[in-house]
Amino acid sequence: MLKDRHLIAPTDFTLEEIDEVLCLADKIIADPQSFSNACRGKVLASLFYEPSTRTKFSFDSAMMRLGGSTLGFSDPNTSSVAKGETVADSARTVAQYSDLIVVRHPKEGTAKLMSQNVNCPVINAGDGGHHHPTQTLTDLLTIRHYKHRLSDLTVGVCGDLKFGRTIHSLVTCLSRYKNLNFRFISPVELSMPSYVTSELKARGVEFEQTSNLEAAMPKLDILYMSRVQRERFISEEEYMRLKDFFVLTAEKMKLAKNDMIVMHPLPRVNEIATEVDNDPRAVYFEQVRLGMYARMALIMKLLGVE
Amino acid sequence: MINVSKLREGIVIDHIRAGQGYKMFQQLGLDKLDCVVVLMRNVDSKRLGKKDLIKIETNLDLDFNVLGLIDPNVTISYVKDGMQVGKKKLSPPDKVVGILKCKNPLCISNQEHLDNVTFRLIDPEGLSYACEYCDKQTQL
Repeated sequence: MLKDRHLIAPTDFTLEEIDEVLCLADKIIADPQSFSNACRGKVLASLFYEPSTRTKFSFDSAMMRLGGSTLGFSDPNTSSVAKGETVADSARTVAQYSDLIVVRHPKEGTAKLMSQNVNCPVINAGDGGHHHPTQTLTDLLTIRHYKHRLSDLTVGVCGDLKFGRTIHSLVTCLSRYKNLNFRFISPVELSMPSYVTSELKARGVEFEQTSNLEAAMPKLDILYMSRVQRERFISEEEYMRLKDFFVLTAEKMKLAKNDMIVMHPLPRVNEIATEVDNDPRAVYFEQVRLGMYARMALIMKLLGVE
Repeated sequence: MINVSKLREGIVIDHIRAGQGYKMFQQLGLDKLDCVVVLMRNVDSKRLGKKDLIKIETNLDLDFNVLGLIDPNVTISYVKDGMQVGKKKLSPPDKVVGILKCKNPLCISNQEHLDNVTFRLIDPEGLSYACEYCDKQTQL
């Protein structure tokens, strides 16, 4: 039962509960029109304390397509925060106007703090470098949509594995399924943090770490690319050195299986050459659309309006 | 030299690192007990040089696990009819509330100056606890 629950971390839901959300998303994808009034009369508050285009638009669009309404801000300077209000007080106040709160905040743990102070569901839309669980739901829905399964997969994860929160969340969540094999492809400086790898080891999940994308390509069912994030670096020089380490090109795509899919949480900088966009295996823009359906399903489940 | 009479019935917390006794007194909420409680500070000790010591005249069983966070090497003895009848070994509590502070500057608990943050035990050997908000580990 997901009604009135919060989604703060990607592992908050059991695999069965995730499946429940993904199954509903499938139904919405099959017939979106029949859900266009599902949330009529409901209000979603989206509190974005730091810039976001796609996640905010995705939630807003999801709620509108369900017939509900949205309110909120995307610039904290226009909210009571500018007057020194605490996060807990902001949450308590906003909860009086809304049925569901979506929050993005640069500080880690903000969504959890909000969830402790309100009696409506809270969805974490990103808390600093910590969690971004709806991106994980998006990724799972995309994988299931194209591969028709979430088990028995070889998943390559490439790019900034050190700071990429979406990647940590995805790997942690995917590793709960059976027979997952990971290839972590990154420069040594941006390799997967030990808290992720030690958890995989403890659970007996197979993984390899490499800095050779070409060698890893032929075995992959999924290649998940990620951006080297400028904002996570203190040194501009270090960022410039590492940002072009891996670029996926049409030439490299020749090494991949015919049914491999390329995913990316976006925005992309230059880690995927635009020539790859026309390859039918490049699904990253479709992933954005599926993310909206995943959020529609999540909103419905947490509001109990199915 | 101050002499405190021998305890007839109660609990003795001994071998407390000098200076830590008052912290333990506060954490155990001993000021809220109606019974006789003695806190001795800077007592001469063969093992420690100086030590603190607490004597509590009670037959209640108190939850001492929290003391493991302050000084896991203390000795806790139960006394009945003037005789030691049992000893307790400390183990770190599974969760602690309001004692630790998250060291992650990006954690919301620091921005909002939250008291009563819950930390869960991650590594009993290394006495490592994770913050409920950001999951970052804090070692004692």
